Amino acid sequence: MKQSEAFLQCQSCKKILFSIDFDQNLRVCTYCGHHHRISAETRIKWTFDEDSFEELDLDLRSGNPLDFPDYVDKLRAAEEKTKKFDSMTTGRAKLSEMPVSIAIADFSFMGGSMGSVNGEKVTRALERGVNEKCPIIIFCASGGARMQEGLLSLMQMAKTTAAVQQCREAGVPYIAVFTDPTMAGVLASYASVADVIIAEPRALVGFAGARVSKQAGVSKVPDDFQTAEFCLKHGMIDTIVARKDMRSVLVSLVRTLGGHLYDGGSK
Amino acid sequence: MSAGSHNEWESELIELEKFIDSAKERARKEQDAGDKVLLEDQIMKLEVGRDKFLKALYSNVGDWEKVLIARAVKRPYTLDYVTALFQDFVELQGDRNGFADNAIVGGPASFDGRPVMIVGHQKGRNIQERQFRNFAMAKPEGYRKAIRLFEMAQRYNMPVISFVDTPAADPGVESESRGISEAIAASTMKMFEISSPTITVIIGEGGSGGAIGIAASSRVLMLQYSVYSVIPPEGCAAILWRMPERGAEAARALKLTADSALSFGLIDEILPEPVGGAHRTPLEAFATVKAAIAKHLADLDKFTPEQVRADRYAKFRKMGQFDTALF
Repeated sequence: MKQSEAFLQCQSCKKILFSIDFDQNLRVCTYCGHHHRISAETRIKWTFDEDSFEELDLDLRSGNPLDFPDYVDKLRAAEEKTKKFDSMTTGRAKLSEMPVSIAIADFSFMGGSMGSVNGEKVTRALERGVNEKCPIIIFCASGGARMQEGLLSLMQMAKTTAAVQQCREAGVPYIAVFTDPTMAGVLASYASVADVIIAEPRALVGFAGARVSKQAGVSKVPDDFQTAEFCLKHGMIDTIVARKDMRSVLVSLVRTLGGHLYDGGSK
Repeated sequence: MSAGSHNEWESELIELEKFIDSAKERARKEQDAGDKVLLEDQIMKLEVGRDKFLKALYSNVGDWEKVLIARAVKRPYTLDYVTALFQDFVELQGDRNGFADNAIVGGPASFDGRPVMIVGHQKGRNIQERQFRNFAMAKPEGYRKAIRLFEMAQRYNMPVISFVDTPAADPGVESESRGISEAIAASTMKMFEISSPTITVIIGEGGSGGAIGIAASSRVLMLQYSVYSVIPPEGCAAILWRMPERGAEAARALKLTADSALSFGLIDEILPEPVGGAHRTPLEAFATVKAAIAKHLADLDKFTPEQVRADRYAKFRKMGQFDTALF
């Protein structure tokens, strides 16, 4: 979104909005309802109990194992821009006093792509849920596997998916929220095997990116192709939840599916 | 300029082989005894030259050339291995949910008298076959059939042998509508539930998510000239430089060879191919793959079912490379 102090323009309908109104409306366009991308910090502030977040796994930083051209420059630029080492922010938080293990993606760090650090953080968040017997909530936002780490990135799909299997065995619920966009290698691994899948309205959700589809000769596509609404219609997700209602839906799910994990039942 | 196909890369060799064949034909028809001896003598010299050329060509195979070999039309495909290495194979079809897929084949078979479950991508050799197999690009129903076979293997305590040879999973509208991503993820996850040994052999192209859905095994083996990659080199070049024709450069950057995969600890063994590749002397390749499967099965047999699963989880859990930054 183009931000110029007091005003900004909606990325979808292009109408001009007051910045104050826009923020008060959780960065959802007051005209067309478009859910704009938000940072992990903002997401945590708007979703979980106030000051309940404890960030972990802060020391993980991507190397350049393949010596891939320009990768280090891209990493440094992303680190500089976001003041983070990866798109995934992980740690402990609470929802209506109930402890949860969370992983929150931020698309602005190299398109949320999943390399070794990203996969490790997701895996740790899932394992933390298993070890600490609390539900796991992951907000996804990713273009897919990180090309610059080659096969190491592909293996993060297997690693994270294996961790989800451990959650199932331990009876620890895992809820995934697809935000704009949730694509390719992330969608085809841990994201799609959650107990419950929620999506934000009109989030882009799909397996093959536009360029891949084009190369494969896919031409005619439905109007709502690769949207949250398309996924809902085709049975791929459980529900679409607007940003303003996300917290209360998550509280209900954690209370019902994860109630057995808390002392004295649900809170 | 790099070769665009395996045939192009081997063109001089193929030309020489054709000439030798025609010379042999001529020698066979030759009436004059003296001329016949002379011709046969020349052919022998040509064959020595051919062998030298073949050895030289294959002594230094670049990353891009490996991509071309992995995609070679004559390369043995999954069902060739199934026929050569197993008995009693019965193909089981359908996802039992309304759809069938011909890009992934599978079913029970005997390996050295022992029941195993086979799952693998299947390519086609001519246009009709390729269309029938959808170029080995599986749709959701392919992975859902795989899940059904994995569950059956678990029920009957059978080891699973999977063969990977796909450019990618099918990216079309149909596949998206039926949940290709979920199908791949669920199939990958199912592999971690199996408590009998699982072995994957990458025989040609290990194409990203399409491969991993049936490749999360206790042991993963790669043929020497097979490739395993997060994205096809042409796709990588299209994203990096917006030039798909720079695939050779992208192939090097992606480190998609068996050597790299082994050095990163992502596969367990490289299976050497005969000089000239598995397609030139398939019987040798079959023997190598058979011996490797037998060896790894014997190895994994020492584990209890719980250990099999713990070992598999630990193996994939370790994958990845990163620094731990100091503040």
